[in-house]
Parts: sequence; structure tokens; C-alpha cells
Amino acid sequence: MHPAPSIIAFSTFSGLGLGLLFWLGIDPTAPTGWVAFAFFAIAYALAVGGLISSTFHLGRPERAIKAFTQWQTSWLSREAWCAVAALVTMGIYAFLLVFFDTQVSILGWIGAAFALATVYTTSMIYAQLKTVPRWNTALTSALFIALSLAGGALLSGRVTYGLILLLVAGGLQAIWWKTGDTRFKQSGTDLKTATGLGRIGEVRAFEPPHTGTNYLLNEMVYTVGRKHAQKLRMISLVLMLVLPVILLLLPFPHIFGLLAVLSHIAGVLVSRWLFFAEAEHVVGLYYGMR
Amino acid sequence: MTQLPEKTERKMGLVIDLDTCVGCHACVVSCKGWNTENYGAPLSDQKPYGADPSGTFLNRVHSYEVQPESGPAQLIHFPKSCLHCEDAPCVTVCPTGASYKRTEDGIVLVNEKDCIGCGLCAWACPYGARELDKAEGVMKKCTLCVDRIYNENLPEVDRVPACVRTCPSNARHFGDLGDPDSAVSQLVAERSGMDLMPEQGTKPVNKYLPPRPKDRLNEEIDILAPLLAPVVEEPKGFLGWLDKTLEKL
Repeated sequence: MHPAPSIIAFSTFSGLGLGLLFWLGIDPTAPTGWVAFAFFAIAYALAVGGLISSTFHLGRPERAIKAFTQWQTSWLSREAWCAVAALVTMGIYAFLLVFFDTQVSILGWIGAAFALATVYTTSMIYAQLKTVPRWNTALTSALFIALSLAGGALLSGRVTYGLILLLVAGGLQAIWWKTGDTRFKQSGTDLKTATGLGRIGEVRAFEPPHTGTNYLLNEMVYTVGRKHAQKLRMISLVLMLVLPVILLLLPFPHIFGLLAVLSHIAGVLVSRWLFFAEAEHVVGLYYGMR
Repeated sequence: MTQLPEKTERKMGLVIDLDTCVGCHACVVSCKGWNTENYGAPLSDQKPYGADPSGTFLNRVHSYEVQPESGPAQLIHFPKSCLHCEDAPCVTVCPTGASYKRTEDGIVLVNEKDCIGCGLCAWACPYGARELDKAEGVMKKCTLCVDRIYNENLPEVDRVPACVRTCPSNARHFGDLGDPDSAVSQLVAERSGMDLMPEQGTKPVNKYLPPRPKDRLNEEIDILAPLLAPVVEEPKGFLGWLDKTLEKL
């Protein structure tokens, strides 16, 4: 799948922002005043910035509002609803904390639930697709939620939770990669079932429909950079997990905490790039490619 | 409405005969020709005369080589367009309701005024039947020529999809696959028509007729064949002399 920068940025940054909102929402002693303002400003910048960047890949962004209508069947529509519900609820919660030093815990809990639900709906947009076997697993949702919670814990300065969640997310990431490598084969879809010609013999794509490229190949048969996938996985894991853990365990938390966050974000960005670049859509079979 | 109808009154669709398709791409051209100037936005091309041309097509013809266990390889031309699936995954993922499946005839369509061009339906389709038009920013797909098949301004013979009307080898058939007595359903039954990627669970309406088995020369052609073996003819005259002379050298 084509790793569109707008989608990578969206899912990474909004995941982090929503993760931070989650921790702020369930915090029994949430910050107030200017400290709260700073935390919520970061969370909203990440979450809203990510959501806005997601509209950049639309062919007709001016009609984006219509995406709220089909929540009954569409995960993308459900994501839109959850995101708005999370941002509005947390907005009121933040407003009361910042300007009135008042914590309405119930609002925080509801907002936190919607924040997590938003990350879940985002993950389901990918995990629901049978056409992309690498994504088509509940592990995808687990990974997205774990990364969001780990990033949010780091951003909100929760060292212990951060460490535990980093390890969980890193483990899930490793399992997701490992099992993902064989999932296409396990899906049972190959050129034989795609053409129905397998009953005659071995099928080989002889000639594509045209000499040039097309939307399908650009969007769903992205093969550039896969050869470095193994190295990039290591780089991603080191940046996302190993470095932040070391930095958090060192005895100078503040500046190192910031570095841990930046390193983690860089690692998640690499992981998200691989998430798309490595994913193989079954339509590639028709073109003799993966 | 992105909820799929539980059942459609009819299941209009295509039956494509892989045995007779000659791979001429006439269906591709007629499809583009009709659909670029009728239903919805035109099918744009990008740099059509440049070094890297591309464009939107609703129907494309692939070619595959199939190698049986014995005997020569076969070349099979393979037209592919929307299969108007009963369980169309492209419809349910649509966030705006632009994609829908019609209850009356099962045709899957895009209401282009509602399409935001997110591309998720193209991701959900295993067959590559949907293409986002670069100029218009909306999703394009086969409409089964919905503006031809019911069009009373056209002579009756033309009230079929453009690809079917154009096919010079009669490899494309159009009809109601929900009616077991229809000509297309009987064709499918007779020739064991098949689904593409059945394991994806999309229940395609369009069916493909597999190529018929090829004729094979039997090893023993005729019991009298040995008796009919050609007699070796020795060259005579000048050629005979030349042959002998060259042999001696």
C-alpha cells in the first residue's frame, strides 16, 4: 500500500494526542491552570493536527462533513464520530480545569473512553480489510492502542506506566511483524483463485492491461523500499522502544524525558511507514506483483 | 446508504467467456468511450501523450499464461471490471453513503456528489474494480452502463452494456443472474461458470466461464498409421548425383 505522508502523520500524531488525552482524562489529580493548558494544548495540537492532515489525501476534502453519515456500517464514519465526541468532551473537561480549577472526573472518564475508541476505530479501518491480509487481524487494533497509550504515558510524564506500555507495545509490534510476514500466504488468495485458472495449471501474469501505471498500482502495489524492511524494523524498534526505555531509566528525567518522547515518535513514524509500505493488497496478484 | 440490501429483486451482471475472448481490448475502448461522456464525471487521462501516460478505466484486460502439467502453455485473455458483488465490501466501508447497491437490480453505483475521494472502497475491493479519477477526485467504477440498459431512446439491440455490445467474439454476456432460467444463468450452469477469489467472501454476481479443454493429439493416431508411413524418397537425376558426390567428399 502507498505510504501517504498525510496518513502516516495522521495516525501517528493523532494516536499520540489521543493517548495523552486518555491519561489526562483518567488522572485522579489532573493538572489545573497553566500546566493543564500546556498539556491540553499539546494533546489537541497532536490530535487535531493529525485529523486535519488526514483530510489532505481526500479527493474532495470540501465534502468531508458527509463522512459522519454512515456510522452504521463504516469504520471511517465511526472514527469521525468518536474523534469529535472525544475532542468535545475533553474540551469541556479541559476548559473547566484550566479556567475554573475544577475537575469533573466523569467528563474525563467519558472523554478518555472516546479517545481510546477513536484509536480503535482508526485501527479497524485497516484491520477490517480482508484485501490486505497483513492488516486483517485483531493484533492491528491491539498494536495501535498500545502505541497510543505508551506515547500518551510518555507525553504525560508517567514513567512507570510508560515503561510497561513501551514494552507491551514493542512486543506487540514484534509479533505483528513476525505473524504478518506469513499472513498473505495463509489468506489462501493467490493468482490461481484470483483468475480461477488454477484448475488448468500454473498461472503466470503474462501481459498487464497497459504499458503504463495506473491508480491501482500507485495506490495498492507499492513495492519501493521493501528490501530495507528488516533494517527499518530494527531502527523502528530501537527508536520506539530501546532508546526511550534507556533514557527513562537514567536518573535525569526532564531533558531525557523529552528525548525519550522524540525518539519514540520517530520510531512510531518509521513503524507506520512500514505498516503501509510492507502491506500487500491482493489486487497486486492480477498484475503479477505483490 | 451503505447498508447492503438483504436481497435484490434481480442480479444484473456479466458473464465473461475466457474461452472465446481474443484479448482485442475493444471492450476497454468502448467502455471508456461511452462512460467518459455519459453517467457522472468523465474518465480523465493524465499526460496521455507524455512519457508516463495513465488514466481512469472501468474495464481492463489482463493476459495470463497457464502451464498445464503436460502439453503447451495456454494464453488466456482476462477482462476485468466490477463484479457487482452481493456482499460488496466497497459499499459498507464508505463513510458518506456515496457507494450503494441498488435493491431493484443489484448494480453497485457511486453517487459522485457525495463521494469525498477517500479511496477506502478501492482498498476494500479485492478485484481492483474501482479507480479514483485524478482530475475529478471522485471514485469511478463500472455502472453496468445503467444509462444504456434502461434507455428507451436507444434501439433495443443497444440496451446492453457498451462492452457487451462491442465484443467482436461474443465473449461477454449480459443478463439477470438471479433468474435461473435466464440465458446467462443457463450459460453459467452449462459451462460451470466460476467466481473470482471466492475465499474473499464477496459473492460476485459476474461469472467467468473457464476455457474449454484444448484438443490434444493422441499418441496413437490411427492403427493403420504405420502402414501409411511416408516412403523415403531417394533423390534421382541431377540431385541424386549431387547427393552422392557430396557424400563422397
